[in-house]
Amino acid sequence: MTVRVRVIPCLDVANGRVVKGVNFVDLQDAGDPVEQAKAYDAAGADELCFLDITASHENRDTIIDVVRRTAEVCFMPVTVGGGVRTADDARALLMAGADKVAVNSAAVARPEVVSDIATRFGSQCMVASIDARQVEPGRWEIFTHGGRTPTGIDAFEHAVRMADLGAGELLVTSMDRDGTRDGYDLELTRTIADAVSIPVVASGGVGNLGHLIEGVTKGHANAVLAASIFHFGEYSIADAHEALRAANLSARS
Amino acid sequence: MIRAKVMPFLRPRGNLVAETIALIDFGAGNLHSVHNALKAAGAEGVSVTSDPERVRKADRIVLPGVGAFGACRDALAAIDGMVSALEERALHAATPFLGICVGMQLLADKGIEFGEHDGLGWIGGTVKAMKPGSAAIKIPHMGWNDVIPTEGHDLLEAGEAYYLHGYHFEVADARDILAKTDHGGPLVSAVGRDNIVGVQFHPEKSQAYGLAFLKRFLEWKP
Repeated sequence: MTVRVRVIPCLDVANGRVVKGVNFVDLQDAGDPVEQAKAYDAAGADELCFLDITASHENRDTIIDVVRRTAEVCFMPVTVGGGVRTADDARALLMAGADKVAVNSAAVARPEVVSDIATRFGSQCMVASIDARQVEPGRWEIFTHGGRTPTGIDAFEHAVRMADLGAGELLVTSMDRDGTRDGYDLELTRTIADAVSIPVVASGGVGNLGHLIEGVTKGHANAVLAASIFHFGEYSIADAHEALRAANLSARS
Repeated sequence: MIRAKVMPFLRPRGNLVAETIALIDFGAGNLHSVHNALKAAGAEGVSVTSDPERVRKADRIVLPGVGAFGACRDALAAIDGMVSALEERALHAATPFLGICVGMQLLADKGIEFGEHDGLGWIGGTVKAMKPGSAAIKIPHMGWNDVIPTEGHDLLEAGEAYYLHGYHFEVADARDILAKTDHGGPLVSAVGRDNIVGVQFHPEKSQAYGLAFLKRFLEWKP
């Protein structure tokens, strides 16, 4: 056996409350990220991703508190993305209990933040988050600020640069597919995954379990991220693991 | 030491509540996660400490660690008297000792990561960058993978645990390898000798498997 394909549910959090999250279990407080994280920990998620979509940077303490409270009761790896601008932002999250931090807009504006974080805390915790849209066949461009702002930067070149600067993982989200339930942009995922020696997480567009399998077999991803299919209880984490195993992929038992 | 001689009859045997676990604080990123997991595994007397005197009085010692070998080694060495207190307890007083991730790698003779750095030298070998055997093998080794015990050990049971590392421990004496895993070839998952054990995986992030492992460590009588 080798390292398992990771199934990663993602929770969007704004101002310390879940915006898009679980409604398949009876939670005392469905808006509490910690309650939701506990549900996924119990369900055997391989990792959890918190995406902090809080608009202002003044509110950093809120997501740090969410991470700290999550780490007190959840014993699974947690990646936190959104609003990480500096190595000190990363440090605060890691010390609170995050295992990895995902850097997006800041790594576009100031790529050296990636090497800052990798040098201080290790590549293993430095995730470069890449939001891309297709601009012509076989070419994708980086968009920042939740996919709204074009940068003119080639997504493939940016991904390779992130890996060269010391990122330990790439979280590749197709902004074209995000929310469509049409499946990952497999060509985007594969193009990047085949060019780097670090793990790649496929993201954006999952509507069924077949999409998770495709993310690995056709997208060459090492981990598959999804939100709504898990949150709405259509499929459990165990269903996802079973589907991956049935496709002869390595997944947790 | 005085306490150990005078007090034992006052301390219920096998009662975790009465034990002190020194969790070494040298600024490692997984410090609080390990603390939380130890508590969840049943430990109540966890002392998060950078005080060598508290280490000397502890019944068990846990050394966390993530990130770069040299940075962790320097941070540990920067605490006056800490390395000698650890050696006194782990090497000479047979105090149960657990190193996690870089806390395990620090047991090596040396680490080659951003230069060459001396380790504690308790377990012979060198920590080196992992070399992918093929393009399909991604580094860092990130995710859930097997723990395959090499032979019977009280703490190590076969199962799946979470790994997150780009460097690995090449152990000099195969007898010091307690468990292996596989990522494009065999990798050392756990090392140890006598009262010392180190694990490459993260028990604090390995859900039920990890908490059960920590519980066994808390009850371990090597």
